Amino acid sequence: MKIVMAIIKPFKLDDVRDALTGVGVHGMTVTEVKGYGRQKGHTEIYRGAEYAVSFLPKIKIEVAVASSQVDMIVETIAAAAKTGQIGDGKIFVLGLDNALRIRTGETDAAAL
Amino acid sequence: MTLKTLLHAAKGGFGGLAATALLAGPAFAQAPAPALSEGNTAWMIMSTVLVLLMIVPGLALFYGGLVRSKNMLSVLTQVLAVASLTMIIWIIYGYSLAFTAGNAFIGGFSKMFLAGVTHETVNDGGSIPEYVFLAFQMTFAAITPALIIGGLVERTKFSAILLFMLLWVTFVYYPLAHMVWHADGYLMKLGALDFAGGTVVHINAGIAALVGAIMVGKRIGYGKDLMSPHSMTLTFVGGALLWIGWFGFNAGSALTAGPVAALALVNTLVATAAAALGWLAVEWAAKGKPSMLGTVSGVIAGLVAITPAAGLVGPIGAIVLGAFGSVVAYFFCTTVKNALGYDDSLDVFGIHGVAGIVGSIGTGIFVAPVLGGVGVEDYSMMAQVWKQVVAVVIAIVWCGIGSAILFKIVDLIVGLRVTVEREREGLDLSEHGERAYNM
Repeated sequence: MKIVMAIIKPFKLDDVRDALTGVGVHGMTVTEVKGYGRQKGHTEIYRGAEYAVSFLPKIKIEVAVASSQVDMIVETIAAAAKTGQIGDGKIFVLGLDNALRIRTGETDAAAL
Repeated sequence: MTLKTLLHAAKGGFGGLAATALLAGPAFAQAPAPALSEGNTAWMIMSTVLVLLMIVPGLALFYGGLVRSKNMLSVLTQVLAVASLTMIIWIIYGYSLAFTAGNAFIGGFSKMFLAGVTHETVNDGGSIPEYVFLAFQMTFAAITPALIIGGLVERTKFSAILLFMLLWVTFVYYPLAHMVWHADGYLMKLGALDFAGGTVVHINAGIAALVGAIMVGKRIGYGKDLMSPHSMTLTFVGGALLWIGWFGFNAGSALTAGPVAALALVNTLVATAAAALGWLAVEWAAKGKPSMLGTVSGVIAGLVAITPAAGLVGPIGAIVLGAFGSVVAYFFCTTVKNALGYDDSLDVFGIHGVAGIVGSIGTGIFVAPVLGGVGVEDYSMMAQVWKQVVAVVIAIVWCGIGSAILFKIVDLIVGLRVTVEREREGLDLSEHGERAYNM
């Protein structure tokens, strides 16, 4: 089992969700986060005060999947989240040791 | 303000009003008492409530939106508490010190606790109940100290703010109001014009805020940390309420519901609109983007600039005055403040002080009948501008020295600043024990 963690542009969330639903992923966790990469930040000006805002709002998606599905899901997210502009985000794949569905007590693959 | 009304009404072609004002003036006290006007009274009650609207919620929201969310409630509490405190002091001795006979610089104590004022006494002009007059003036004495808060936010002790404002209205505001608006006042006798409070309210508050900003010191992280306003939406709402309430401030300063109020009404619209466009245009050209905060700052600068001139200049003069005041204020808020490095956090000096100075001196120019103004007796532009400059300098010196001494006294008694830990935590929690937003 793996965790696929994707940092994407906020307005791409619906596209990514639809694409993942289309390939049979029926659950995910979404967090509003801030960060920066090559996109850097921008400048805000309030009267005379100029502020460099280095952290931009992004969306972090986490999906737990079976190891066999990882490549397909990474490709699906990448295709749906891509605009070709700087700041599209990144996808990380992490190992996942155990899983448990709290309601039924099912574990591992059955719990995904 | 009766003498002033008399002065420009006599020259201004308002025949009917001039006759009324002459009868009503203090110099003609032996003339038959003029009738109390229910129309004037109704307008002045309305104006009083409009100026209160400027303070709460107008100024409170305008300032509150500009600070970080951890200090929102401290600003709202400071504005509300300072206004309430100065209203009570006004009844105890403020009205008496500002508006009874004394010397050229301060009134007496004859109307302490409103002694001698009843529901049947009338104001000097004689057309409204004295209670309405003193209530209207009370709101001016309450908003002026509340304006100063903008230079002190996010780091000053609540107790220091209350103590300073108590001393400041006593030793700075009441004398200046007496000098400018009482018939015996030094600047009134000099012939300096201040229709609705360019010197008394705006230069006064702007200078006190500048002195305070320097003496309290910069906020921790000023110029390094992100200190962007936490709610530009509330700032817009507050700014809009200030504009609306300002019709009571300016048109109400006519003290009558007549032609002078009509002129002030039009000027309070067009000077402000011109100032909004002025700030927007210069910011767009200089910074590349026209901002909401810039436009609403222009609104306030225009309102300040037209305040001393509202019932004295024509609408075209008002447009020029508003736009010019706004552009000069923009320059101070964006360039001068950064160059000198003082932390006048919400630009009280940059907007109220600077536009107040432009408006007060500009009044001497645009009051000229040839420029569409109502004129004053024996008008000469050079002489009038000189009188305006003298009034501005006296206001700056009186307020600057007075405020510096009072801030020092408050620092010795209770201390001006909260501790570093409390400032970092935010004044809402550390000073007031509550937070603005629980989400």
